[in-house]
Amino acid sequence: MKKFLTAAAFSALCATGALAEVKVGMITTLSGGGAGLGIDVRDGFMLAIAQSGRDDIEVVIEDDQRKPDIAVQLSDKMIQSERVDVMTGIIWSNLAMAVVPAAVNQNVFYLSPNAGPSPLAGKGCHQNYFNVAWQNDNLHEAAGAYANGADYKKSFIMAPNYPAGVDALTGYKRFFEGELAGEVYTELGQTDYAAEIAQIRASDADSVFFFLPGGMGISFLKQYADSGIDLPVVGPAFSFDQGILQAVGDAAMGVVNTSQWNKDIDNPTNTAFVESFQAEYGRLPSLYASQGFDTANLLLSALDKADPSDADAFREALRAAEFDSTRGDFSFGPNHHPVQTIYAREVIKEGDVFTNKILGVALENHSDAYAAECKM
Amino acid sequence: MSSILIIEQILNGLQFGVMLFLMAAGLTLIFGVMGLINLAHGSLYMIGAFAAAAVAGVTGSFLLALIAALAAAALAGAIVEMVVIRRLYSAPHLDQVLATFALILIFSEGTRWLFGSFPLFLDIPDALSGPVTLPGGIEYPFYRLTLIGIGLAVAVGLWALIERTRLGIQIRAGENDREMIAALGVDISKLYTLVFALGAALAGLAGALVGAIQSVQVGMGEPVLILAFVVIVIGGIGSVRGALIGALLVGLTDTLGGVFLPELFKLFMENGAAQKTGSALASMGIYVLMGLVLIWRPTGLFGARA
Repeated sequence: MKKFLTAAAFSALCATGALAEVKVGMITTLSGGGAGLGIDVRDGFMLAIAQSGRDDIEVVIEDDQRKPDIAVQLSDKMIQSERVDVMTGIIWSNLAMAVVPAAVNQNVFYLSPNAGPSPLAGKGCHQNYFNVAWQNDNLHEAAGAYANGADYKKSFIMAPNYPAGVDALTGYKRFFEGELAGEVYTELGQTDYAAEIAQIRASDADSVFFFLPGGMGISFLKQYADSGIDLPVVGPAFSFDQGILQAVGDAAMGVVNTSQWNKDIDNPTNTAFVESFQAEYGRLPSLYASQGFDTANLLLSALDKADPSDADAFREALRAAEFDSTRGDFSFGPNHHPVQTIYAREVIKEGDVFTNKILGVALENHSDAYAAECKM
Repeated sequence: MSSILIIEQILNGLQFGVMLFLMAAGLTLIFGVMGLINLAHGSLYMIGAFAAAAVAGVTGSFLLALIAALAAAALAGAIVEMVVIRRLYSAPHLDQVLATFALILIFSEGTRWLFGSFPLFLDIPDALSGPVTLPGGIEYPFYRLTLIGIGLAVAVGLWALIERTRLGIQIRAGENDREMIAALGVDISKLYTLVFALGAALAGLAGALVGAIQSVQVGMGEPVLILAFVVIVIGGIGSVRGALIGALLVGLTDTLGGVFLPELFKLFMENGAAQKTGSALASMGIYVLMGLVLIWRPTGLFGARA
């Protein structure tokens, strides 16, 4: 009997061992104002893991509540007591700046499904840090390029006062060739834009560029539509993702926004992704979901070639990025950030559902402005 | 900077102020009458907005949505008072803070469980949408003017309720000496439930009205709650008149500070840096105001003198 128990215990041990050959720690925002983004990343990521059919990957998911201090605690716990091999999941740049540098220095791999703050793409780049989404400036640079094409001469530009907001305005200005009619930093989490809208009205702008992710964008667009100002608006996809468009409603119709992904990008991976995501969760995927999905597929492609315990081989496998991305072609630049095409999309209505349609390419095979500063 | 822009910003400040007043009035009444610190007041604001969005989604009527918001928030307030708060009147403030903080978590997660994590849609009714032209050629959104009107009407209504009705006499008596009015035969527990529900309904109304121009989402009440606390500290805890003056002061300071401080810094700084410094300082503006008021009058503008 005793022998049997030992055997059972031994086989149970083997079984759990086999179940958790690779441990992935996901810290993302699942509650509070920005929860929609984290939930989409998580759902996209877990969809790819489920579709791979692999049962040797354990994903530990924790909620950072969009608070840097909580994200740091969770990351310490994951690295020191859970002993994860790979980390991912962070949505917000201020949280990424608090977690990523310490994590990669403890020999953990970090795959960013969203945040791409400029320091991590430039001087602070690291061989174990890979960004699967974009460098923060990218979509804003594309918006600037689009504004040139649309012949805008004078833009009023606006973003919240935090790292990604500063990156946003910098990115737009880098590509926009016209003048600025005004440049405003709002408070992070601000919900009333009456004062800014009055400034737009008083300025002589011919276009408005804004970066206000999540609920901030909903508030701004509704108030802007009600103000009677009819200047064209352009912005990055973050204020026009599938999750929040329904809450903005008609106020977003026809607005041009820039994104590296859309559900109508025509390739087999993307078609299958949109279909299976809808079947699994009963809603259309957002760009955040596509980023989560791509992050998991990048991880899976690397795991097929090497084990994270062999760090050098695993890093090479990640760098090769041999996976089918929902965006079509995908490759990393020298600083482990994507080189990719960014599109201009327009908000349309399909039946009762607000969604986006691709208008054209804003920037082709675009890298980022910080790659040269990265010494890896 | 044109005078049109300045007048428009003053209107924006007033509109922000009267919405803060709706929140602060309930908070200050509850504190004044029952001596209770209610951190969950922001959750009642959120409940109002969600009830309005749900009803507007089904019926398409904004008026019904407002009624639903008032009813849902008042009902939630009455239930919370009877089930939880009633046990806390004699407890120290720290216990009240802890219990009402727990209520925030329960309401937030409950709302997420019912409605999901994505923001809901609530729009301005067609009759109130779009801008109107005011004398002097100022274009201003009609809905925001309506908000100013509703806020001021509620202020007048509250004043009449407190100064001119029997219930108002009981509320004022309750603030002064609760043992005595209980001894005089007033059903104090019913009075408390009523005041709590009234405060909750005002918060729910604010949530529904503001939800139409902002986003209806979980956790929307907490930032407003902090401002409402600043308002009642400035106005004097327990004073409805103080809440009105405090709310208008905070609304105007916040709005005008956010516009004019960056302009001021532009006089001697480069544009981008001036924007960043100016807006960072502007977000401190109301706290500086609170500090100054407290130095001048430690119990707030209309607080009871110790």
